[in-house]
Amino acid sequence: MCIECPAALASDLVSGFPTLVAHQRDLVYGVARRWSRGVEDAEDLTQEAFLRAYKALLGYSPGRISELHLRGWLARITLNLARNRARAVERRPATGDLAEMPEPVDDRALAPDQVAERRESREMWRRLLATLPPDQRAAVELRHVEGLSYPELAEALARPLGTVKSDVHRGLERLRRAYEGIQADAAGSPGPAPDPAHIRRSSRAARRREQSGSFRIEREVMAR
Amino acid sequence: MTTQTGTHEAEGLAPARTLVEGLRDLRENCPESVSDRVLAATGVVDSYAEMAGPIWPLIVAWGRAGVSAIERADDPGAFEDEYQARTGRPVRRVDAVPARLARAVLRRIGGERVRDLAVDLSGLPEFQRRVLAKTMEIPFGEVRPYAWVAEQIGHPRAQRAVGTALALNPIPFVIPCHRVVRSDGRIGQYGAGGPSAKRAVLASEGLDPDELERLASRGVRFVGSDTTRIFCFPSCHDARRIRPEHRTSFRSWQSATEDGYRPCRACRPSVGETVAA
Repeated sequence: MCIECPAALASDLVSGFPTLVAHQRDLVYGVARRWSRGVEDAEDLTQEAFLRAYKALLGYSPGRISELHLRGWLARITLNLARNRARAVERRPATGDLAEMPEPVDDRALAPDQVAERRESREMWRRLLATLPPDQRAAVELRHVEGLSYPELAEALARPLGTVKSDVHRGLERLRRAYEGIQADAAGSPGPAPDPAHIRRSSRAARRREQSGSFRIEREVMAR
Repeated sequence: MTTQTGTHEAEGLAPARTLVEGLRDLRENCPESVSDRVLAATGVVDSYAEMAGPIWPLIVAWGRAGVSAIERADDPGAFEDEYQARTGRPVRRVDAVPARLARAVLRRIGGERVRDLAVDLSGLPEFQRRVLAKTMEIPFGEVRPYAWVAEQIGHPRAQRAVGTALALNPIPFVIPCHRVVRSDGRIGQYGAGGPSAKRAVLASEGLDPDELERLASRGVRFVGSDTTRIFCFPSCHDARRIRPEHRTSFRSWQSATEDGYRPCRACRPSVGETVAA
């Protein structure tokens, strides 16, 4: 994705870092946005994550920097910070506050009804994602929203390649079933397409699961 | 076999594609302002903005280590390129100088002691840093010769190098290079707008540049008091309180000391200062 970054960073951190930020800010901000509560939180988180990354890079040898899976590494830093923060406010990372989600920038080019349609669709996918166990949710998001490779995913989630692959597949399968469930509900009921109550129920169930069991991903990632 | 795979795909593919497209659509665009903040916070990119100055509008640049550059805003030039060439760090224009920093800069220019105003001289040669640091010791409303700076930093013969170092002062006004003048009394060159600008800045500090030049052209390098028997630079705060009837003047350090005067401890008259024969 960003082949030139590790080399640029390894040779000169001060001049290479702005390039890294320019190329990877959407990734870091996207993870921050989905794993924190509002826009401001996400902005703070983005800043903090890059600051952490910068400080870490200052201490790394050029050899170590050039071997980093930068995207996976940045995603991991951001996820860890998001979890630390969520823990600090004694709240599990939840899906962003949907009411606060801003319109994506490129919506400006769309007609109002298209904007509404896209917004509805994004909301639906966000809600569906929120029903996944955190491991699978993180894996699916990084793979299919951000487009990370499996080795990058393994780095981001600090887990073996095989595990992240199966998490992605199982997560996707769950999503597909949930999506089909919505479609079936929509087809079967005269009301508006996705039944929000259904989603809310599964979302609550997922949160209950999160709260009851502690997940490997959290323990392992946080231990670093 | 082929048919089976085809059927399987036909069943699985439609939702899979919807799924993948739906998820891809959740990507976010990071606002530009956030990456500016990130870069400023790490210190890899510095910031600059315009602010009103006492005489001219100013461009002020700063980074994590403090104020790193000041320039007259009416001075056209490739500020960003020059900045990066000197410091090795890119600099970005922002909306405004932070209020606290702006206040500190104005107070410092106005002669107040401001503790929380750090200057960032990184990227400058050691000699220039020492010249500028010494220049910062010259009090508001006073002037010293180039030779004084040279002598104080232990390079008494490097007056020309001092002149060059001051001409390239990246933080004029805050580092008061305008308070360093020629020994022969002429106000001398000035990086931030030439001699007339230098006179304007000195006048804004309550000095009379014409008077300074007249005094020097009459051969006066130091003034002393016959009651305390201490001699000073003419613009020294203490010298300016000497009453006319007790005021004596000297052409050199030697002539003052030979008359039994000792150098002022505040303005530290330079040994080499003398009127050319």
